[in-house]
Amino acid sequence: MEHLLSVSNLSVSFDDETVLEDINFELKAGENLAIVGPNGAGKTVLLKALLGMLRYKGEIDWAPNIRVGYIPQKIDAEKHLPLNLRNLLEAKAQILKEPALAIQHVIKAAEISKSFLETPIGHLSGGQFQRALIALALLGQPQVLILDEPTASIDERGEEQVYNLLHRLQDEYGVSLILVSHDLSVVYQYATHVLCINRTKVCLGPPHEALTPETLEKLYGARQKFFHTLHQHDK
Amino acid sequence: MINSELFSILLAFVSAITAGLIGSFALMKRMTLAGDAVSHIALPGIGIALLMHLNPLLGGATALLIGTLLIWNLEQKTNLATETAVGVIFSASLAIGALVTPSAELEEALFGNFQALSLHNFLIHLLLAVVIIGFLIRYRHQLILALFSPDLARTAGVRIKWLNLFYLLAFSGTVILGLQFLGALLMGSLIIIPAAVSRQLTHQLKSFLTMSVLVSIVSVGLGFITSSYYGWQLGPTVVTIAAAIFVLSLLKKKK
Repeated sequence: MEHLLSVSNLSVSFDDETVLEDINFELKAGENLAIVGPNGAGKTVLLKALLGMLRYKGEIDWAPNIRVGYIPQKIDAEKHLPLNLRNLLEAKAQILKEPALAIQHVIKAAEISKSFLETPIGHLSGGQFQRALIALALLGQPQVLILDEPTASIDERGEEQVYNLLHRLQDEYGVSLILVSHDLSVVYQYATHVLCINRTKVCLGPPHEALTPETLEKLYGARQKFFHTLHQHDK
Repeated sequence: MINSELFSILLAFVSAITAGLIGSFALMKRMTLAGDAVSHIALPGIGIALLMHLNPLLGGATALLIGTLLIWNLEQKTNLATETAVGVIFSASLAIGALVTPSAELEEALFGNFQALSLHNFLIHLLLAVVIIGFLIRYRHQLILALFSPDLARTAGVRIKWLNLFYLLAFSGTVILGLQFLGALLMGSLIIIPAAVSRQLTHQLKSFLTMSVLVSIVSVGLGFITSSYYGWQLGPTVVTIAAAIFVLSLLKKKK
């Protein structure tokens, strides 16, 4: 299988505080990696390091010329921006020098309707906004999509739509996912591998093997049995 | 050399177009306050240049360049203290500027003065405007993606740090365009207010940009007519009219 990414001895520190230590994992084509861990475990930091947005120690080796799409957890963009998805897609296509046809392709892949395209981003629902981000990430034909809590702030219906879309992208386009999630059911459903971190690696492997009760206990401590309710609060 | 009021009038309208465009992006980038404040730093530059018998515009431009680099530097350290620092530095520069500027010229430096312009001066300002508008057109895609999400823009290969520097330089350049007829205090307003009006009226990017430019042009046009009819000062009249249009725009409910 084609090697997409290999990470070894990765550490990230801010000032004197180590937020990630000794992280090792690999990603091959067709694999989907879920990253789980409690709040403050360093999941977003890990994604940003992978994207080269942070300084780190250790090795992050992407396959040569790999194309990566990123879907951030939260966009701080003000909701009142006079922009719609079409503006954003056109802007990104111009930057990447992608032809106009690429936009049509992405719209189709992400099942974006014409009225959706023209709706100001501030007027989109949580689920729509997330789909818009996915469409935007798909421009440039990524081989890997990096998603940070793609359903953190949306309702269940929106969540289902987002995951159905991701499923389809995996099946039809062979995109690999690296996905941070709070929701263990999502991990079981979508990930071929799971990496549990709490500043350092706690487990790694296929979800059914790696996520043992002991690991979860170690990862979330005594809170684990309340995890489900906590998660509901997060929404 | 030919000095002509026609050049000044033309320059005022060219400045209005540039201000409308740069202001639209300032509003989307959420830097309206910092943007307004940066124009104030021109004042100490003008004052010092006057004291040294140099061209006050050159002094203003130099101070603006320093102010731009300062803001750019502060911008990279994103925290609450940054905004406070910007506020303090630029209010202080206004105070210092008021102290060093000879009182005879202070009013002119703050609120502008309409006077005939030489062809040479006109052409330099025109070139500056063309460069600024050219930059905005050339880099609009980068600017739009970056203001939506710097992280996303970065992953698409946009060099945010440099883009921000060029944008800030373009902003300061726009302030320079208006220094003579609107002054250090009011040019910031002509940049911000038309964009704010336009934002009240539309959700669409193209009409937002267009309307911002139009409101800016109309403010300057009506400013010329009103100020010459009543014998008022041009700068304050232009900004008052722009502000009045803003108040009117509040009456309209967005769809």
